Amino acid sequence: MDDLLRDFLTESAENLGKLDHDIVELERRPGDASLLNGVFRTIHTIKGTCGFLGLDRLEGVAHAAENVLDALRDGKLTATPALIGDILKAVDCIQMILDHLNQHECEPEGSDAALIGVLECLLDPQRTSPGTEQTETIEYSRRKDDGEPAHAHQDSTLRVGVELLDQLMNLVGELALGRNQLLQLISAHEDSEFANPAHQINRITTDLLEAVMKTRMQPIGNAWTKLPRVVRDLSAANGKQISLVMHGAETELDRQILQAIQDPLTHMIRNSADHGIEKPSVRINAGKRAEGTISLSAKHEGGHVVIEIADDGVGIDVGRVRQKAVERGLAKADAVAAMPDAQVLRFVFEPGFSTAAQVTNVSGRGVGMDVVRSNIELIGGTVDLSSMAGQGTTVRVKIPLTLAIISALLVGAGGETFAVPQIGVVEVVGVTEERHALIETVNGAQFYRLRDSLLPLVPLHSLLGLQAMESDAGYNIVVCQIGSLRYGLVVQEVFDTQEIVVKRVGRLARHLQTYAGCTITGDGCVIMILDNAGIAAAARVSNIETLHDVNDSAGSSLNGPTDAAMESFILFDAGYPALQAVPLSLVARLEEFPQAVIEEANGHFLVQYRGDLIPIIAANPAIDMRAIDPRPVIVFSANGRTVGVAVNEIRDIVDEHIQLQRRAPRPGVSGVCVIAGRATEMIDPSYYLHKEHGIDVQGADSRPEFALDEYLAKLDSATALTTVRTLLETMQEAA
Amino acid sequence: MSLVTVGAERTHTKAEQAEYVTFRVHSQWMGIPVMMVQEVLTAQRIALVPLTGDAVAGFLNLRGQIVTALELRTTLELPPRPADAEFMNVVVRHEDELFAFMVDEVGDVVSVTSSSIEPTPATLGARWSAVCSGIVRRESEILVVVNVPELLRLEQPST
Repeated sequence: MDDLLRDFLTESAENLGKLDHDIVELERRPGDASLLNGVFRTIHTIKGTCGFLGLDRLEGVAHAAENVLDALRDGKLTATPALIGDILKAVDCIQMILDHLNQHECEPEGSDAALIGVLECLLDPQRTSPGTEQTETIEYSRRKDDGEPAHAHQDSTLRVGVELLDQLMNLVGELALGRNQLLQLISAHEDSEFANPAHQINRITTDLLEAVMKTRMQPIGNAWTKLPRVVRDLSAANGKQISLVMHGAETELDRQILQAIQDPLTHMIRNSADHGIEKPSVRINAGKRAEGTISLSAKHEGGHVVIEIADDGVGIDVGRVRQKAVERGLAKADAVAAMPDAQVLRFVFEPGFSTAAQVTNVSGRGVGMDVVRSNIELIGGTVDLSSMAGQGTTVRVKIPLTLAIISALLVGAGGETFAVPQIGVVEVVGVTEERHALIETVNGAQFYRLRDSLLPLVPLHSLLGLQAMESDAGYNIVVCQIGSLRYGLVVQEVFDTQEIVVKRVGRLARHLQTYAGCTITGDGCVIMILDNAGIAAAARVSNIETLHDVNDSAGSSLNGPTDAAMESFILFDAGYPALQAVPLSLVARLEEFPQAVIEEANGHFLVQYRGDLIPIIAANPAIDMRAIDPRPVIVFSANGRTVGVAVNEIRDIVDEHIQLQRRAPRPGVSGVCVIAGRATEMIDPSYYLHKEHGIDVQGADSRPEFALDEYLAKLDSATALTTVRTLLETMQEAA
Repeated sequence: MSLVTVGAERTHTKAEQAEYVTFRVHSQWMGIPVMMVQEVLTAQRIALVPLTGDAVAGFLNLRGQIVTALELRTTLELPPRPADAEFMNVVVRHEDELFAFMVDEVGDVVSVTSSSIEPTPATLGARWSAVCSGIVRRESEILVVVNVPELLRLEQPST
């Protein structure tokens, strides 16, 4: 059954039940205005909705009844028992049609002319009365004798107020906290007789939490219902042929998030229809089908929902974006020329940025994309765009499943504990005394020299007016990212990450942009959840452009800011003269294995890990596996095989554009590049996988099968793409 | 609303008794209609909420609900409570939100005839006049009836 019809039937069934009672009550108290208004509203709603659903017969009856009720409201008629009887007949007729709809999804055959005639007669006695002899024909039985199947579906759904659901969520959140406390107590006395019931409560609470979360979930299709119409209207208005293909409409997410993404989604679909898809003639000339396609898909990915809006239209002219970016002074010409395309495309999200030569009344590609981005970032999501000229544009939106429970990092500052939403946290840097030299002060503002960029610092305690920390104590910098803006939140301590239930702050603190909410920790304390964006705004963190200027004026030789389009590399020391690097995206995990767990068998080193045996190979044959405790290990995994590469020290994680020079000083190295100003050897993980799993990397049939597809997919930097090609070529050369 | 209705309400409630939860702030006894009071708590752990108004002591957790704690001494511009002095929380519900009024002592629930509530004397000062909806003379002391919505409105920062 159609969703709209089902909703209508459920709603009408609820209303009609009350209506019978109200109309009879009306007969007793004809003067009760609120009662009369209620009856009128119910009939009016039914009439309005069935006109919308194309239920003509139902609409006719409801309309006639509504007119009579309207006259009653205006005092033109009085509620006599005869009149009430006629209205009740109309209600019976409505009920009969609804029952039929419920069973057969269509209106029953027949005419209600007689009933409508009687009702109209009430309004205008001068009209020819349909005559008393006809009244027999308009007796509608309540059809109870037909049996009850019609009510089956009404019992399967229940309309519940959102408030009640929120209250349930609160209570369940509270229950989960109590459960956590209980488990903590029990863990000290595992043999206690309370242990079993406690574990049972634990399981039930988890299930309950999940079930309650589900009550707040709605299929994303609910936010898509208007889109086919939007696309149809736009294609009709512009003489285009567009089909909208939707996948994954059943993907569920929290209703709060659903509401938040409705507008951005509509906007992006409009963009695609208006500027993405070309006119049929243009498409045919370009060798495409006359009909353009916009595909909208949603799927779950980890704790997130990923929505993709892809069109096979004209794509975005990267050259034009470069030109516009320079014109608008967003970046210098030489800088833009050197940027990879993916990075250039990000300018589309800058406020007021549009490459459309002609701005239509609907949208300009890029106009409003800044709003789309800020709306999505507001709910902790990210938005990314890729485009191939002539091939189309794909926008990828990643949003959290729910805002009700988030993962947060607990930090301490000024003697208080705060929660930082994990979604905005890039990394945490521990600042020990020897790293104090990396703090620079420019014009009173503090910056931390994080790798090759200057990170503006926001000391949390001073922002919140809390007591200062002891200056000589070690502290931590929580690196936060809001869109393209990065800043470091200076806190005294970093505790752990926790799943926390977000609660609204009281009204007396709601004006403060520094807080995103508050939560209750396992021990019953209230702590404030910080709002990453709000803190950046409150602290007036200078954005990257101004930071750039500061650098220039200070005559500093620092490079530009880190950019998400760059590739991240892990730098490590393996006892060779040069540092070694590996793309972070190829790394499964970083581990530190205590010597006690590193086993030795037949000259090979092994570690038991989550039920598997992982072979450990030294990155450098000269490494003495037992020399360092714990031993840092980089774990790679591909095609179901896993290998750990033992190194001496993980030095850093850096974001870089690299130029790989194809040179292999020894097997397992793909080439040499410059990272952070130092010559660095790029290692090839597949070498270790092959080596361990007995496949000769030099063998003719060995293909570089190491997750390269995934790697390619993960890269959005053209420079890094070169890296892979080089890597590939190197391998092929080696083969 | 016309004047006539107001008058009608007055006469209607003339003989009515209303119950008030009484409490002491510094040396002043005050009362809040019992229907607005959800419960009375002993001193709770209150989490500081930086950057809020002076009277906002912070948030406390009442069975999973966030309650905003208000120091009535600060609101009423009375001398601050000594750090080691005990206090009580009168938890008040207003527009579906909970507030804990931090007070020095909670007294009995008293029954007051509405006709015995006198208008707030003008000499109380502007702030007190705003948060008091009247006073009641009792044998041993004067009870100030607190106008809860007005008190909370005063503490609401303008956005």
